[in-house]
Amino acid sequence: MSALLEVKNVTKRFGGVVANRDVSLTVRQGEIAGLIGPNGSGKTTLFGSITGAHAVDEGDIFFEGGSIAHLRPAPIARLGLLRTWQQTRIYGEMTCAENMAISAREAHGHVFSLLRPVPAATRRKGDDLLAFVGLHEKKDDKAGSLSFGQQKLLEFAMALMNEPKLLLLDEPTAGINPTLINGLIDRLRRANTELGVTLLVIEHNMRVIMNLAHRITCLAHGEVLAEGTPNEVRDDRRVLDAYLGVA
Amino acid sequence: MSRATFPRLSDWHIAAVLALFGLAGPFLLPTLATQIAFLWLMVVFALTWDMLGGRMGYNSFGNIVFFGIGCYAAAVIQRDAGLPYFEGLALGLVAGAVLSVLAAIVFGAAMLGIRGHYFAIGTLGLGIAAGEIAAGWDYVGAGSGMALPLYPGELGERELFFCYSLFALAACCFLLFRWIYSTRFGLALNAIRDDQDKADAMGLRTTPIKIVAWSLSAFFLGISGGLAANMIGFIDPRDVAFAGATYGVWMVLMTILGGKGTLWGPVLGAFIFHVTQELFWTWLLGWQRVALGLLIVLIVVFFPQGIMGWLAERRARTAS
Repeated sequence: MSALLEVKNVTKRFGGVVANRDVSLTVRQGEIAGLIGPNGSGKTTLFGSITGAHAVDEGDIFFEGGSIAHLRPAPIARLGLLRTWQQTRIYGEMTCAENMAISAREAHGHVFSLLRPVPAATRRKGDDLLAFVGLHEKKDDKAGSLSFGQQKLLEFAMALMNEPKLLLLDEPTAGINPTLINGLIDRLRRANTELGVTLLVIEHNMRVIMNLAHRITCLAHGEVLAEGTPNEVRDDRRVLDAYLGVA
Repeated sequence: MSRATFPRLSDWHIAAVLALFGLAGPFLLPTLATQIAFLWLMVVFALTWDMLGGRMGYNSFGNIVFFGIGCYAAAVIQRDAGLPYFEGLALGLVAGAVLSVLAAIVFGAAMLGIRGHYFAIGTLGLGIAAGEIAAGWDYVGAGSGMALPLYPGELGERELFFCYSLFALAACCFLLFRWIYSTRFGLALNAIRDDQDKADAMGLRTTPIKIVAWSLSAFFLGISGGLAANMIGFIDPRDVAFAGATYGVWMVLMTILGGKGTLWGPVLGAFIFHVTQELFWTWLLGWQRVALGLLIVLIVVFFPQGIMGWLAERRARTAS
Protein backbone atom coordinates (compact mmCIF):
# COMPACT_ATOMS: atom_id res chain seq x y z
CA MET A 1 0.00 0.00 0.00
CA SER A 2 1.35 3.42 -0.97
CA ALA A 3 1.35 6.43 1.32
CA LEU A 4 -1.59 8.80 0.76
CA LEU A 5 -0.67 11.25 3.51
CA GLU A 6 2.77 11.80 4.93
CA VAL A 7 3.38 14.11 7.86
CA LYS A 8 7.11 14.68 8.19
CA ASN A 9 8.70 16.10 11.34
CA VAL A 10 5.97 18.68 11.91
CA THR A 11 6.35 21.12 14.78
CA LYS A 12 3.59 23.58 15.66
CA ARG A 13 3.86 26.18 18.41
CA PHE A 14 1.19 28.49 19.79
CA GLY A 15 3.18 31.21 21.48
CA GLY A 16 5.36 29.38 23.97
CA VAL A 17 3.30 26.19 23.90
CA VAL A 18 4.59 23.43 21.65
CA ALA A 19 1.40 21.66 20.51
CA ASN A 20 3.17 19.28 18.12
CA ARG A 21 6.88 18.47 18.28
CA ASP A 22 8.60 16.64 15.43
CA VAL A 23 5.50 14.60 14.60
CA SER A 24 5.74 12.13 11.72
CA LEU A 25 2.81 10.04 10.57
CA THR A 26 1.89 8.09 7.46
CA VAL A 27 -1.59 7.17 6.29
CA ARG A 28 -1.63 4.53 3.55
CA GLN A 29 -4.01 4.41 0.64
CA GLY A 30 -7.19 2.54 1.58
CA GLU A 31 -6.59 2.01 5.29
CA ILE A 32 -8.33 3.17 8.44
CA ALA A 33 -5.72 4.83 10.64
CA GLY A 34 -6.32 5.76 14.25
CA LEU A 35 -4.93 8.68 16.24
CA ILE A 36 -5.19 8.47 20.01
CA GLY A 37 -3.70 10.25 22.97
CA PRO A 38 -4.74 11.90 26.23
CA ASN A 39 -6.50 15.28 26.22
CA GLY A 40 -4.17 18.06 25.15
CA SER A 41 -1.73 15.73 23.39
CA GLY A 42 -2.03 17.68 20.11
CA LYS A 43 -4.34 15.48 18.01
CA THR A 44 -6.72 18.23 16.91
CA THR A 45 -3.80 20.61 16.34
CA LEU A 46 -2.33 18.03 13.97
CA PHE A 47 -5.65 17.87 12.11
CA GLY A 48 -5.57 21.66 11.81
CA SER A 49 -2.03 21.57 10.41
CA ILE A 50 -2.90 18.87 7.86
CA THR A 51 -6.04 20.64 6.60
CA GLY A 52 -4.47 24.09 6.37
CA ALA A 53 -6.21 25.81 9.29
CA HIS A 54 -2.81 27.12 10.40
CA ALA A 55 0.72 27.05 9.04
CA VAL A 56 3.24 24.64 10.55
CA ASP A 57 6.43 26.02 12.11
CA GLU A 58 8.70 23.20 10.96
CA GLY A 59 8.41 20.10 8.83
CA ASP A 60 6.29 19.36 5.79
CA ILE A 61 3.07 17.57 4.88
CA PHE A 62 2.55 15.60 1.67
CA PHE A 63 -0.74 14.48 0.17
CA GLU A 64 -0.47 12.11 -2.80
CA GLY A 65 3.21 13.05 -2.98
CA GLY A 66 2.70 16.84 -3.22
CA SER A 67 3.42 19.28 -0.40
CA ILE A 68 0.28 20.83 1.08
CA ALA A 69 1.83 22.51 4.12
CA HIS A 70 1.54 25.97 2.55
CA LEU A 71 -2.04 25.58 1.23
CA ARG A 72 -5.24 27.08 2.69
CA PRO A 73 -8.20 24.86 3.69
CA ALA A 74 -10.25 25.28 0.49
CA PRO A 75 -7.56 24.17 -2.00
CA ILE A 76 -6.67 21.27 0.29
CA ALA A 77 -10.33 20.22 0.33
CA ARG A 78 -10.45 20.40 -3.45
CA LEU A 79 -7.50 17.98 -3.61
CA GLY A 80 -9.71 15.48 -1.77
CA LEU A 81 -8.60 15.89 1.85
CA LEU A 82 -11.45 16.76 4.22
CA ARG A 83 -12.03 16.89 7.94
CA THR A 84 -14.92 16.88 10.39
CA TRP A 85 -14.95 18.72 13.71
CA GLN A 86 -15.25 17.55 17.27
CA GLN A 87 -17.97 20.16 17.89
CA THR A 88 -19.56 19.48 14.46
CA ARG A 89 -20.00 22.14 11.82
CA ILE A 90 -23.07 22.09 9.67
CA TYR A 91 -25.10 24.82 7.99
CA GLY A 92 -27.72 25.28 10.70
CA GLU A 93 -30.33 27.41 8.93
CA MET A 94 -30.39 25.20 5.82
CA THR A 95 -32.29 21.92 5.46
CA CYS A 96 -30.39 18.63 5.56
CA ALA A 97 -31.02 18.16 1.83
CA GLU A 98 -29.57 21.62 1.13
CA ASN A 99 -26.58 20.85 3.35
CA MET A 100 -25.95 17.79 1.21
CA ALA A 101 -26.48 19.59 -2.11
CA ILE A 102 -23.93 22.33 -1.40
CA SER A 103 -21.44 19.75 -0.11
CA ALA A 104 -21.30 18.02 -3.50
CA ARG A 105 -18.03 17.95 -5.37
CA GLU A 106 -19.42 20.16 -8.17
CA ALA A 107 -19.66 23.04 -5.70
CA HIS A 108 -15.86 23.25 -5.88
CA GLY A 109 -16.23 24.70 -9.36
CA HIS A 110 -15.68 28.24 -10.51
CA VAL A 111 -18.17 30.79 -9.19
CA PHE A 112 -20.14 31.09 -12.44
CA SER A 113 -20.49 27.31 -12.72
CA LEU A 114 -22.57 27.54 -9.53
CA LEU A 115 -25.27 29.50 -11.37
CA ARG A 116 -27.21 26.33 -12.14
CA PRO A 117 -29.87 24.49 -10.21
CA VAL A 118 -28.78 21.44 -8.23
CA PRO A 119 -28.78 18.51 -10.71
CA ALA A 120 -31.29 15.72 -10.05
CA ALA A 121 -28.45 13.19 -9.78
CA THR A 122 -26.86 15.24 -6.98
CA ARG A 123 -30.17 15.43 -5.12
CA ARG A 124 -30.56 11.67 -5.38
CA LYS A 125 -27.02 11.09 -4.19
CA GLY A 126 -27.66 13.40 -1.24
CA ASP A 127 -30.82 11.48 -0.39
CA ASP A 128 -28.96 8.17 -0.65
CA LEU A 129 -26.20 9.33 1.68
CA LEU A 130 -28.73 10.73 4.16
CA ALA A 131 -30.38 7.33 4.10
CA PHE A 132 -26.93 5.75 4.57
CA VAL A 133 -26.49 7.57 7.90
CA GLY A 134 -30.15 7.10 8.83
CA LEU A 135 -31.31 10.71 8.44
CA HIS A 136 -33.56 10.33 5.42
CA GLU A 137 -36.77 11.30 7.25
CA LYS A 138 -35.06 14.48 8.40
CA LYS A 139 -34.08 15.67 4.96
CA ASP A 140 -36.43 18.68 4.91
CA ASP A 141 -35.71 19.65 8.52
CA LYS A 142 -33.38 22.48 9.39
CA ALA A 143 -29.97 21.04 10.17
CA GLY A 144 -29.75 23.23 13.27
CA SER A 145 -32.83 21.53 14.73
CA LEU A 146 -31.16 18.09 14.80
CA SER A 147 -29.70 16.63 17.98
CA PHE A 148 -25.94 16.80 18.45
CA GLY A 149 -25.51 13.16 17.48
CA GLN A 150 -27.64 13.59 14.37
CA GLN A 151 -25.62 16.66 13.41
CA LYS A 152 -22.48 14.52 13.64
CA LEU A 153 -24.03 11.97 11.30
CA LEU A 154 -25.07 14.76 8.93
CA GLU A 155 -21.55 16.17 8.96
CA PHE A 156 -20.18 12.73 8.12
CA ALA A 157 -22.68 12.37 5.25
CA MET A 158 -21.75 15.85 3.97
CA ALA A 159 -18.10 14.84 3.94
CA LEU A 160 -18.90 11.69 1.95
CA MET A 161 -20.93 13.80 -0.49
CA ASN A 162 -17.70 15.67 -1.25
CA GLU A 163 -16.08 12.38 -2.36
CA PRO A 164 -12.83 12.83 -0.45
CA LYS A 165 -9.85 10.53 -0.93
CA LEU A 166 -8.88 10.99 2.70
CA LEU A 167 -11.28 11.93 5.49
CA LEU A 168 -10.07 13.10 8.90
CA LEU A 169 -12.67 12.41 11.58
CA ASP A 170 -12.34 14.18 14.94
CA GLU A 171 -14.03 11.99 17.56
CA PRO A 172 -16.89 10.69 15.41
CA THR A 173 -18.56 8.82 18.29
CA ALA A 174 -18.38 11.55 20.94
CA GLY A 175 -21.90 12.62 21.84
CA ILE A 176 -23.51 9.77 19.91
CA ASN A 177 -26.03 7.63 21.73
CA PRO A 178 -24.09 4.49 22.85
CA THR A 179 -26.70 2.20 21.28
CA LEU A 180 -25.96 3.80 17.88
CA ILE A 181 -22.19 3.53 18.08
CA ASN A 182 -22.04 0.05 16.55
CA GLY A 183 -24.10 1.26 13.62
CA LEU A 184 -21.73 4.19 13.19
CA ILE A 185 -18.66 1.94 13.24
CA ASP A 186 -20.31 -0.16 10.57
CA ARG A 187 -20.89 2.93 8.43
CA LEU A 188 -17.33 4.16 8.84
CA ARG A 189 -16.14 0.75 7.70
CA ARG A 190 -18.50 0.73 4.74
CA ALA A 191 -17.37 4.23 3.73
CA ASN A 192 -13.86 2.78 3.73
CA THR A 193 -14.55 -0.45 1.85
CA GLU A 194 -17.50 0.43 -0.40
CA LEU A 195 -16.82 4.11 -1.13
CA GLY A 196 -13.03 3.73 -1.04
CA VAL A 197 -12.42 6.58 1.42
CA THR A 198 -9.22 6.36 3.43
CA LEU A 199 -9.85 7.39 7.05
CA LEU A 200 -7.76 8.95 9.79
CA VAL A 201 -9.79 8.88 13.01
CA ILE A 202 -9.23 10.64 16.33
CA GLU A 203 -11.09 8.64 18.95
CA HIS A 204 -11.24 8.48 22.72
CA ASN A 205 -13.43 5.41 22.87
CA MET A 206 -10.82 2.62 23.01
CA ARG A 207 -13.32 -0.13 22.17
CA VAL A 208 -14.24 1.75 19.00
CA ILE A 209 -10.74 2.55 17.79
CA MET A 210 -9.31 -0.91 18.59
CA ASN A 211 -12.14 -2.42 16.55
CA LEU A 212 -12.00 -0.01 13.68
CA ALA A 213 -8.40 0.97 12.94
CA HIS A 214 -5.85 -1.07 11.03
CA ARG A 215 -2.99 0.93 12.55
CA ILE A 216 -2.86 3.35 15.45
CA THR A 217 -0.58 6.25 16.33
CA CYS A 218 -0.52 7.49 19.91
CA LEU A 219 0.43 11.10 20.74
CA ALA A 220 1.43 12.38 24.17
CA HIS A 221 2.60 15.89 25.05
CA GLY A 222 2.62 16.72 21.34
CA GLU A 223 5.02 13.92 20.37
CA VAL A 224 4.51 10.53 18.79
CA LEU A 225 4.71 8.04 21.62
CA ALA A 226 3.95 4.77 19.86
CA GLU A 227 2.59 3.37 16.64
CA GLY A 228 1.61 -0.02 15.35
CA THR A 229 -1.35 -2.40 15.12
CA PRO A 230 -4.12 -1.96 17.71
CA ASN A 231 -2.75 -4.89 19.70
CA GLU A 232 0.78 -3.56 19.71
CA VAL A 233 -0.35 -0.13 20.86
CA ARG A 234 -2.65 -1.53 23.50
CA ASP A 235 0.12 -3.63 24.99
CA ASP A 236 2.65 -0.78 24.90
CA ARG A 237 3.59 0.11 28.46
CA ARG A 238 4.27 3.77 27.55
CA VAL A 239 0.75 4.22 26.18
CA LEU A 240 -0.78 2.97 29.40
CA ASP A 241 1.47 5.26 31.39
CA ALA A 242 0.52 8.24 29.24
CA TYR A 243 -3.17 7.67 29.87
CA LEU A 244 -3.02 6.64 33.50
CA GLY A 245 0.12 8.37 34.69
CA VAL A 246 3.33 6.58 35.60
CA ALA A 247 2.93 4.52 38.74
CA MET B 1 -36.70 28.86 2.76
CA SER B 2 -38.83 30.92 0.41
CA ARG B 3 -40.79 27.86 -0.55
CA ALA B 4 -41.45 27.02 3.05
CA THR B 5 -42.96 30.44 3.73
CA PHE B 6 -45.18 30.59 0.65
CA PRO B 7 -46.57 27.79 -1.45
CA ARG B 8 -45.81 28.05 -5.15
CA LEU B 9 -49.29 29.10 -6.21
CA SER B 10 -49.55 32.23 -4.09
CA ASP B 11 -46.12 33.33 -5.33
CA TRP B 12 -47.74 33.84 -8.69
CA HIS B 13 -50.79 35.53 -7.19
CA ILE B 14 -48.62 38.09 -5.42
CA ALA B 15 -46.49 38.58 -8.51
CA ALA B 16 -49.61 39.12 -10.66
CA VAL B 17 -51.08 41.69 -8.27
CA LEU B 18 -47.76 43.53 -8.07
CA ALA B 19 -47.35 43.52 -11.85
CA LEU B 20 -50.87 44.88 -12.27
CA PHE B 21 -50.18 47.57 -9.70
CA GLY B 22 -46.87 48.43 -11.34
CA LEU B 23 -48.41 48.73 -14.80
CA ALA B 24 -51.77 50.31 -14.05
CA GLY B 25 -51.04 52.14 -10.80
CA PRO B 26 -49.36 55.25 -12.24
CA PHE B 27 -52.22 55.65 -14.76
CA LEU B 28 -54.97 55.30 -12.22
CA LEU B 29 -53.22 57.43 -9.59
CA PRO B 30 -51.21 59.94 -11.63
CA THR B 31 -50.79 62.28 -8.67
CA LEU B 32 -48.99 59.50 -6.81
CA ALA B 33 -46.68 58.54 -9.68
CA THR B 34 -43.59 59.97 -7.98
CA GLN B 35 -44.49 58.22 -4.72
CA ILE B 36 -44.90 54.93 -6.55
CA ALA B 37 -41.57 55.49 -8.30
CA PHE B 38 -39.90 55.93 -4.89
CA LEU B 39 -41.63 52.78 -3.73
CA TRP B 40 -39.94 50.75 -6.49
CA LEU B 41 -36.64 52.39 -5.60
CA MET B 42 -37.13 51.21 -2.03
CA VAL B 43 -37.86 47.70 -3.32
CA VAL B 44 -34.54 47.72 -5.20
CA PHE B 45 -32.80 48.97 -2.03
CA ALA B 46 -34.22 46.16 0.09
CA LEU B 47 -33.68 43.40 -2.50
CA THR B 48 -30.05 44.34 -3.08
CA TRP B 49 -29.34 44.67 0.64
CA ASP B 50 -30.83 41.25 1.29
CA MET B 51 -28.35 39.57 -1.10
CA LEU B 52 -25.56 40.14 1.42
CA GLY B 53 -27.39 40.90 4.66
CA GLY B 54 -30.04 38.20 4.43
CA ARG B 55 -28.67 35.47 2.21
CA MET B 56 -24.95 35.72 2.90
CA GLY B 57 -24.88 37.03 6.48
CA TYR B 58 -22.81 40.14 5.75
CA ASN B 59 -24.52 43.24 7.16
CA SER B 60 -23.41 46.06 4.90
CA PHE B 61 -24.05 49.68 5.86
CA GLY B 62 -22.13 50.80 2.81
CA ASN B 63 -24.37 49.70 -0.06
CA ILE B 64 -25.39 53.35 -0.41
CA VAL B 65 -21.97 53.89 -2.01
CA PHE B 66 -23.06 52.04 -5.14
CA PHE B 67 -26.25 54.09 -5.34
CA GLY B 68 -24.19 57.28 -5.03
CA ILE B 69 -21.74 56.18 -7.69
CA GLY B 70 -24.72 55.56 -9.98
CA CYS B 71 -26.06 59.06 -9.26
CA TYR B 72 -22.77 60.79 -10.05
CA ALA B 73 -21.88 58.63 -13.05
CA ALA B 74 -25.15 59.50 -14.73
CA ALA B 75 -24.88 63.19 -13.82
CA VAL B 76 -21.33 63.53 -15.14
CA ILE B 77 -22.03 61.66 -18.39
CA GLN B 78 -25.20 63.67 -19.00
CA ARG B 79 -23.33 66.91 -18.33
CA ASP B 80 -20.20 66.19 -20.37
CA ALA B 81 -21.05 63.73 -23.14
CA GLY B 82 -23.07 66.26 -25.15
CA LEU B 83 -25.75 63.71 -26.02
CA PRO B 84 -29.51 64.24 -26.27
CA TYR B 85 -31.40 63.53 -23.05
CA PHE B 86 -32.33 59.87 -23.48
CA GLU B 87 -29.04 58.81 -25.09
CA GLY B 88 -27.16 60.56 -22.30
CA LEU B 89 -29.34 58.92 -19.67
CA ALA B 90 -28.85 55.47 -21.20
CA LEU B 91 -25.08 55.90 -21.38
CA GLY B 92 -25.08 57.32 -17.85
CA LEU B 93 -26.95 54.29 -16.48
CA VAL B 94 -24.52 51.91 -18.19
CA ALA B 95 -21.56 53.85 -16.78
CA GLY B 96 -23.14 53.84 -13.31
CA ALA B 97 -23.68 50.09 -13.43
CA VAL B 98 -20.13 49.40 -14.64
CA LEU B 99 -18.49 51.73 -12.12
CA SER B 100 -20.56 50.35 -9.26
CA VAL B 101 -19.63 46.78 -10.15
CA LEU B 102 -15.95 47.75 -10.39
CA ALA B 103 -16.22 49.45 -6.99
CA ALA B 104 -17.85 46.33 -5.53
CA ILE B 105 -15.00 44.18 -6.85
CA VAL B 106 -12.35 46.49 -5.37
CA PHE B 107 -14.12 47.05 -2.01
CA GLY B 108 -15.11 43.39 -1.91
CA ALA B 109 -11.56 42.14 -2.38
CA ALA B 110 -10.46 44.52 0.38
CA MET B 111 -13.33 44.18 2.87
CA LEU B 112 -15.17 40.88 2.43
CA GLY B 113 -12.44 39.14 4.41
CA ILE B 114 -13.63 41.06 7.47
CA ARG B 115 -16.48 39.46 9.37
CA GLY B 116 -19.41 40.24 11.59
CA HIS B 117 -19.56 43.62 13.31
CA TYR B 118 -16.21 44.62 11.86
CA PHE B 119 -17.57 44.35 8.34
CA ALA B 120 -20.66 46.39 9.31
CA ILE B 121 -18.55 49.16 10.83
CA GLY B 122 -16.06 49.11 7.97
CA THR B 123 -18.80 49.53 5.39
CA LEU B 124 -20.37 52.30 7.48
CA GLY B 125 -17.08 54.15 7.17
CA LEU B 126 -17.06 53.50 3.44
CA GLY B 127 -20.40 55.26 3.00
CA ILE B 128 -19.40 58.28 5.08
CA ALA B 129 -16.03 58.57 3.34
CA ALA B 130 -17.67 58.49 -0.09
CA GLY B 131 -20.03 61.33 0.91
CA GLU B 132 -17.15 63.44 2.20
CA ILE B 133 -15.07 62.83 -0.93
CA ALA B 134 -17.96 63.81 -3.21
CA ALA B 135 -18.62 66.91 -1.09
CA GLY B 136 -15.05 68.05 -1.53
CA TRP B 137 -14.52 67.26 -5.19
CA ASP B 138 -15.06 70.22 -7.53
CA TYR B 139 -15.36 68.08 -10.66
CA VAL B 140 -18.67 66.74 -9.32
CA GLY B 141 -19.87 70.05 -7.92
CA ALA B 142 -18.39 69.53 -4.44
CA GLY B 143 -20.70 70.53 -1.58
CA SER B 144 -23.24 72.26 -3.81
CA GLY B 145 -24.03 69.02 -5.66
CA MET B 146 -25.03 68.58 -9.29
CA ALA B 147 -28.17 69.45 -11.23
CA LEU B 148 -29.40 66.96 -13.79
CA PRO B 149 -30.61 68.03 -17.26
CA LEU B 150 -34.31 68.73 -17.64
CA TYR B 151 -36.56 65.95 -18.87
CA PRO B 152 -37.60 66.94 -22.41
CA GLY B 153 -41.14 65.50 -22.48
CA GLU B 154 -44.47 67.05 -21.60
CA LEU B 155 -45.69 67.86 -18.12
CA GLY B 156 -46.58 64.70 -16.18
CA GLU B 157 -44.83 62.40 -18.64
CA ARG B 158 -41.59 62.57 -16.68
CA GLU B 159 -43.15 61.09 -13.52
CA LEU B 160 -44.61 58.21 -15.53
CA PHE B 161 -41.30 57.59 -17.27
CA PHE B 162 -39.34 57.21 -14.03
CA CYS B 163 -42.13 55.32 -12.36
CA TYR B 164 -42.10 52.68 -15.12
CA SER B 165 -38.30 52.62 -15.38
CA LEU B 166 -37.91 51.95 -11.67
CA PHE B 167 -40.72 49.38 -11.76
CA ALA B 168 -38.91 47.56 -14.59
CA LEU B 169 -35.64 47.71 -12.64
CA ALA B 170 -37.24 46.35 -9.47
CA ALA B 171 -38.97 43.58 -11.43
CA CYS B 172 -35.72 42.56 -13.21
CA CYS B 173 -33.87 42.59 -9.90
CA PHE B 174 -36.51 40.47 -8.20
CA LEU B 175 -36.71 37.91 -11.00
CA LEU B 176 -32.95 37.61 -11.42
CA PHE B 177 -32.34 37.26 -7.68
CA ARG B 178 -35.18 34.77 -7.34
CA TRP B 179 -33.55 32.61 -10.00
CA ILE B 180 -30.09 33.01 -8.45
CA TYR B 181 -31.38 31.89 -5.05
CA SER B 182 -32.75 28.73 -6.69
CA THR B 183 -29.29 27.77 -7.96
CA ARG B 184 -26.26 26.31 -6.19
CA PHE B 185 -24.96 29.88 -5.93
CA GLY B 186 -27.87 30.67 -3.60
CA LEU B 187 -27.06 27.63 -1.46
CA ALA B 188 -23.42 28.70 -1.38
CA LEU B 189 -24.45 32.14 -0.06
CA ASN B 190 -26.49 30.48 2.70
CA ALA B 191 -23.57 28.18 3.52
CA ILE B 192 -21.29 31.20 3.92
CA ARG B 193 -23.89 32.80 6.20
CA ASP B 194 -24.26 29.71 8.39
CA ASP B 195 -20.58 28.75 8.72
CA GLN B 196 -17.99 30.30 6.47
CA ASP B 197 -15.08 28.27 7.84
CA LYS B 198 -17.00 25.11 7.11
CA ALA B 199 -17.77 26.30 3.58
CA ASP B 200 -14.04 26.96 3.06
CA ALA B 201 -13.11 23.58 4.46
CA MET B 202 -15.60 21.92 2.08
CA GLY B 203 -13.76 23.43 -0.89
CA LEU B 204 -16.13 26.27 -1.83
CA ARG B 205 -14.49 29.28 -3.47
CA THR B 206 -15.92 31.64 -0.90
CA THR B 207 -14.03 34.83 -1.81
CA PRO B 208 -15.13 34.99 -5.47
CA ILE B 209 -18.66 33.99 -4.44
CA LYS B 210 -18.86 36.89 -1.97
CA ILE B 211 -17.47 39.38 -4.49
CA VAL B 212 -19.90 38.30 -7.21
CA ALA B 213 -22.80 38.62 -4.76
CA TRP B 214 -21.81 42.17 -3.83
CA SER B 215 -21.29 43.01 -7.51
CA LEU B 216 -24.82 41.87 -8.33
CA SER B 217 -26.17 44.18 -5.62
CA ALA B 218 -23.97 47.01 -6.87
CA PHE B 219 -25.15 46.54 -10.45
CA PHE B 220 -28.80 47.22 -9.61
CA LEU B 221 -27.97 49.96 -7.10
CA GLY B 222 -25.82 51.73 -9.71
CA ILE B 223 -28.65 51.83 -12.22
CA SER B 224 -31.15 52.86 -9.56
CA GLY B 225 -28.85 55.76 -8.63
CA GLY B 226 -28.86 57.15 -12.16
CA LEU B 227 -32.64 56.88 -12.43
CA ALA B 228 -33.25 58.39 -8.99
CA ALA B 229 -30.89 61.30 -9.64
CA ASN B 230 -32.77 62.15 -12.83
CA MET B 231 -36.13 61.78 -11.13
CA ILE B 232 -35.14 64.07 -8.25
CA GLY B 233 -33.35 66.41 -10.65
CA PHE B 234 -30.58 67.30 -8.24
CA ILE B 235 -27.98 65.39 -6.28
CA ASP B 236 -26.59 66.50 -2.97
CA PRO B 237 -23.53 64.50 -1.93
CA ARG B 238 -24.72 63.73 1.61
CA ASP B 239 -28.51 64.03 1.40
CA VAL B 240 -29.17 62.21 -1.88
CA ALA B 241 -26.23 60.32 -3.36
CA PHE B 242 -24.47 59.04 -0.24
CA ALA B 243 -27.41 59.44 2.11
CA GLY B 244 -26.22 56.87 4.62
CA ALA B 245 -28.41 58.12 7.48
CA THR B 246 -31.61 57.86 5.43
CA TYR B 247 -31.45 55.54 2.39
CA GLY B 248 -28.48 53.62 3.77
CA VAL B 249 -30.27 52.77 7.01
CA TRP B 250 -33.68 52.27 5.37
CA MET B 251 -32.24 49.49 3.19
CA VAL B 252 -31.42 47.55 6.32
CA LEU B 253 -34.67 48.33 8.15
CA MET B 254 -36.96 47.47 5.26
CA THR B 255 -35.28 44.11 4.80
CA ILE B 256 -35.39 43.28 8.50
CA LEU B 257 -39.03 44.40 8.74
CA GLY B 258 -40.08 42.17 5.84
CA GLY B 259 -37.82 39.25 6.74
CA LYS B 260 -34.17 38.74 5.86
CA GLY B 261 -33.31 35.90 3.54
CA THR B 262 -36.88 35.32 2.37
CA LEU B 263 -38.17 35.76 -1.17
CA TRP B 264 -40.92 38.30 -0.49
CA GLY B 265 -39.59 39.77 2.75
CA PRO B 266 -37.65 42.66 1.20
CA VAL B 267 -40.55 43.57 -1.13
CA LEU B 268 -43.08 43.49 1.68
CA GLY B 269 -40.77 45.43 3.99
CA ALA B 270 -40.24 48.13 1.36
CA PHE B 271 -44.01 48.51 0.84
CA ILE B 272 -44.87 48.76 4.52
CA PHE B 273 -41.96 51.04 5.31
CA HIS B 274 -42.54 53.41 2.41
CA VAL B 275 -46.28 53.70 2.95
CA THR B 276 -46.00 54.30 6.70
CA GLN B 277 -43.21 56.78 6.11
CA GLU B 278 -45.32 58.77 3.66
CA LEU B 279 -48.31 58.71 6.00
CA PHE B 280 -46.16 59.99 8.86
CA TRP B 281 -44.93 62.75 6.60
CA THR B 282 -48.45 63.80 5.64
CA TRP B 283 -50.17 63.55 8.99
CA LEU B 284 -47.51 64.05 11.63
CA LEU B 285 -45.74 67.04 10.16
CA GLY B 286 -42.95 67.99 12.51
CA TRP B 287 -43.08 64.65 14.32
CA GLN B 288 -42.43 62.33 11.39
CA ARG B 289 -38.83 61.68 12.43
CA VAL B 290 -39.93 60.72 15.92
CA ALA B 291 -42.61 58.42 14.56
CA LEU B 292 -40.08 56.86 12.19
CA GLY B 293 -37.68 56.25 15.07
CA LEU B 294 -40.47 54.65 17.04
CA LEU B 295 -41.35 52.44 14.08
CA ILE B 296 -37.73 51.31 13.89
CA VAL B 297 -37.71 50.39 17.58
CA LEU B 298 -40.99 48.49 17.18
CA ILE B 299 -39.61 46.59 14.19
CA VAL B 300 -36.49 45.48 16.00
CA VAL B 301 -38.30 44.57 19.23
CA PHE B 302 -41.38 42.81 17.86
CA PHE B 303 -40.24 41.51 14.48
CA PRO B 304 -36.58 40.56 14.86
CA GLN B 305 -37.23 37.77 12.34
CA GLY B 306 -39.24 40.08 10.09
CA ILE B 307 -42.83 39.56 9.04
CA MET B 308 -42.07 36.65 6.70
CA GLY B 309 -39.86 35.01 9.32
CA TRP B 310 -42.61 35.46 11.91
CA LEU B 311 -45.20 33.95 9.54
CA ALA B 312 -42.95 30.99 8.76
CA GLU B 313 -42.39 30.38 12.47
CA ARG B 314 -46.12 30.58 13.20
CA ARG B 315 -46.86 28.22 10.35
CA ALA B 316 -44.24 25.74 11.56
CA ARG B 317 -45.78 25.89 15.05
CA THR B 318 -49.32 25.23 13.85
CA ALA B 319 -48.11 22.43 11.57
CA SER B 320 -46.37 20.53 14.35
